[in-house]
Amino acid sequence: MIPVNRMTYGLSSWARIAGLGVVALLTLGPVIWTVSTSLRAPAESFDLPPQIIPSAPTTEAYSQVFAQIDVWLFALNSTLVTALIAVGQMITAGLAGYAFARLEFRFKKPLFGLVLATMMVPLQVTIVPVFLILKSMGLTDTLLGLIIPAWPTAFGTFLMRQYFLGMPKDLGEAAMIDGAGPWRIFRSVYAPLAAPGLAIVGVLAFNYHWNEFFRPLILETSTDNFTLPLGLVSLQGNLGTGSVSVVLAGVVLSMIPAIAVFAVGQRPLREGITSAGVNR
Amino acid sequence: MTTTQHRAEAKAAVRKPEPRPSARERGTRLLAALFLAPTVIGVLVFTVVPIAGSVVLSFFHWNVIDSPTFAGTDNYRAAFTDDTVLVSFSNTLVFMFFAVALQLLLALVLALALDNRLPGWLRSTFRSAFFFPLVLSAASISVVMKYLFNQEFGVINWLLGHVGIDPVPWLTSEDSAMAAVVLVYVWQQFGFSFLLFVGGLNNIPKEIHEAASLDGATGIRKHLAITLPLLSPTLLVASVVGIINALQVFEQPYVLTDGGPGDSTRTVVMVIYQSAFEQLRFGEASAVGVLLFALILAVTALQFRLSRRFVHYQ
Repeated sequence: MIPVNRMTYGLSSWARIAGLGVVALLTLGPVIWTVSTSLRAPAESFDLPPQIIPSAPTTEAYSQVFAQIDVWLFALNSTLVTALIAVGQMITAGLAGYAFARLEFRFKKPLFGLVLATMMVPLQVTIVPVFLILKSMGLTDTLLGLIIPAWPTAFGTFLMRQYFLGMPKDLGEAAMIDGAGPWRIFRSVYAPLAAPGLAIVGVLAFNYHWNEFFRPLILETSTDNFTLPLGLVSLQGNLGTGSVSVVLAGVVLSMIPAIAVFAVGQRPLREGITSAGVNR
Repeated sequence: MTTTQHRAEAKAAVRKPEPRPSARERGTRLLAALFLAPTVIGVLVFTVVPIAGSVVLSFFHWNVIDSPTFAGTDNYRAAFTDDTVLVSFSNTLVFMFFAVALQLLLALVLALALDNRLPGWLRSTFRSAFFFPLVLSAASISVVMKYLFNQEFGVINWLLGHVGIDPVPWLTSEDSAMAAVVLVYVWQQFGFSFLLFVGGLNNIPKEIHEAASLDGATGIRKHLAITLPLLSPTLLVASVVGIINALQVFEQPYVLTDGGPGDSTRTVVMVIYQSAFEQLRFGEASAVGVLLFALILAVTALQFRLSRRFVHYQ
């Protein structure tokens, strides 16, 4: 029976692989086009047919990006914002997740419910008051105004709580019998085991905030505080449709860190995205 | 003293802790308070207070410069009569319907096609490819797509030309602009539902499939009768998350069409953004925001209601 199955599957699985290949090509096509067009001379970048390998590759578009906008500054802003948010979220989510998982205190359930409920609230519903609160703190048009409100993370807290709940309880109890206090138990027993969970929180935060557009668009008004996505859209605005390859070179530059994270942290990223859905 | 008395005393001692919390308990509570403070304070300041603020603001007229004046239900009445607001809600619902339906269908077909009869390296290559767009920025992808969808010079019309289709005025016609926005959004988002489905399919015990095959169920019939019902919890999650995200669409129409041509791709979040931060009508913007929140809550509640009937938990 099994060999027969395999034979009948031979043909249809080739068709399946072909179908999957077409979708994969359509998925990666725009990215490949972006990279190869960014390597064409700006003057001919909109010429058809598109070239997968440019006939006369040049990095002229890249030098023009650096001439047109302050890429280094935008990249520095993006890096600062993203890194500080990611580290901040790992700290707040790690601590709160541990408290909800392993510490006993009053109002634990309602507090956890409150934190979870905020996952349901869309950003756009709160953005006007958040803007006004930040304005009263003098934080609009500053990078801190992007960073601080992003520190509390309901999803990260939830994820870390699950993570700590998954660790054996005996470890903490053994340490308690040895006379360790609550802080020592956290510091020397559980915290060292939390790294993989924290990696998921960090990678997700990095990916989300590196690409973030809506909040920077509203909060950052002076060009000096632009992050890369804002800078790129303004690059397109400055140039119109004249030199596509210059805009695309900018897009490629902004993609590099996201692609690096994809390459290195694909696993935590995938796990994070999946649990983001499954545990909702 | 008898042994039973001994035992009773020992039990009482265990059962009744001293009335004052021990040093350990106080330490635990202090630690919990310290650990929770950043998250709880942050959630209060940046989510709970702003929700209340939005509701309050929605009953006022305010342009930040002058002091706010009480508006009663003016802002809500305006939202229900203003053509732009109304059309933005219908656009958003149309967008949501097509974006979520396409995204789920594509993801489901791909996840089913990518079963374990394929060699491992091929599966992981395809999986990476499908999920890759998720890590890119929606804003810069939209910049790229704007070129690809260009009527005269875009690669998409060039490709369509090869199969004999006349150039489509994708972004410049009221009839096709929304289709382009949906396609760009689905291109980037289907990987999310795909990952969920792959996870869901992995959780279905192999024995069930084997039993079905022995009973003679194959191909599409097997999937319809067995896989889909078992996958229904994942389908629910994917559609709830998909709908919540789609109702908040902003970057794609903002970059691709700026809401045009006319108002044909203006979405609710674009209206919130424009009335608050371009026209400084914070009250109106808040009212629209509150309505969007209500819509999201209603859709989610409805979905969970329906799911009680259609979702099978193992």
